[in-house]
Amino acid sequence: MCVERGDITVLDRVSLQVAAGEVVVLRGPNGSGKTTLLRVAAGLTMPVEGEVRRFGGTEVAVAQQRMLWCGHQTGLKDELTARENLAWFRRLRAGAGLDVDAALAHLQVADCADRPVATLSAGQRRRTALARLLVANVAVWLLDEPFTNLDDHSTAIVHNCIDAHVASGGGCLLAAHQLSVDSHPRYRAVDIGVSHG
Amino acid sequence: MVKPVSAPFGSAAIAIVHRELLLAMRRVGDLTTPLVFFAVICTLFPLALGPSRELLAIIGPGVVWVAALLAQLLTASSIFRQDFEDGALELYILAGQPLAGLMAARIVAYWLVTGLPLTLVSPLLAVTYQLPVAAVTTLMASLALGTLILAFLGGLGAALTLAARQGNALLSLLVVPLSLPVLIVGARAVALAAAQSDASAALKLLGAGALLSIVLAPLAVGPALRIAVD
Repeated sequence: MCVERGDITVLDRVSLQVAAGEVVVLRGPNGSGKTTLLRVAAGLTMPVEGEVRRFGGTEVAVAQQRMLWCGHQTGLKDELTARENLAWFRRLRAGAGLDVDAALAHLQVADCADRPVATLSAGQRRRTALARLLVANVAVWLLDEPFTNLDDHSTAIVHNCIDAHVASGGGCLLAAHQLSVDSHPRYRAVDIGVSHG
Repeated sequence: MVKPVSAPFGSAAIAIVHRELLLAMRRVGDLTTPLVFFAVICTLFPLALGPSRELLAIIGPGVVWVAALLAQLLTASSIFRQDFEDGALELYILAGQPLAGLMAARIVAYWLVTGLPLTLVSPLLAVTYQLPVAAVTTLMASLALGTLILAFLGGLGAALTLAARQGNALLSLLVVPLSLPVLIVGARAVALAAAQSDASAALKLLGAGALLSIVLAPLAVGPALRIAVD
């Protein structure tokens, strides 16, 4: 698969597969195309060459109901509380997972539930955004730098969530420029080189 | 194994409208800006032209309608701006729902916090122009339908110019010509009602326009937003 952004070929002849029960970690320096690859997998960006097969070739719109995107921008509204933001997402996706308060508690941001997102720290926002993964309960998670702004403790919580998700048969594709996969048996690292700019 | 979920579209649409109404209540400034703009234009004309009853009665329908059109289009460029910048647009696109339908709900929500309040305060301003009481219902009906059309036209322009730099100027160029028929028919409906003639044909025309724009505009908004986000 090849992807171009403007005149620049960001991804040139890349091939990748994510199986159920595994976490594929995209690693590489800034600008190597990790986010682009995730966006292509999600269906936000179209490849100029090659194809993306989701769930054995399901139609895109159907596949998107079974995938969850958690991008660098969180999509949280500053004026709404963490709970309101998450409740909105649960209804938008008809989430069949944890209820809103349970998901916030799981990521240990329950005490922020009634505070406007504008007053939360960057790490608390990130965790509120990641709580979407738990309320939606879909098969494949696409996470772009999910550990940004998270301290060690929160990072461990998110790793536990990912482990639990793939242990129950889900899949996960995540971009993290530096992540050691040694201590995570289900993680598989894929290193992406510098793009041909 | 995690079950695939097929979200009902109605629940997603209600979620969108609900969130926009909540946001509007938290951002009172955004809610009142077009209203104040509308009220200021409508009250400045009588002050500048003098209190001649005949003159005000003649220009009233036109002035109120021009003010409503400008107030409605004033906010159009911001419809998708924040969702685009904070990443919410990506969540809409990836929601696994027909994007055109979701965006129709999004624009209806936008109209509920812009066009509808404008319609509701219009009787107060009609008083300034000696508009007969019988014409006030026509004024409100024409503004309700007209601002709905303008909201969808504005949504179309906003989606098309979202990724462009200086999209605002482009937006006006795109949307103002399209909105002229709405202005002409809307102002005419009110003028007819003020002259105690039958305005129902003009209102029906606006109603048809509203239905048409609700159905057709989102079909273009969806792909335009996908391109903007790509």
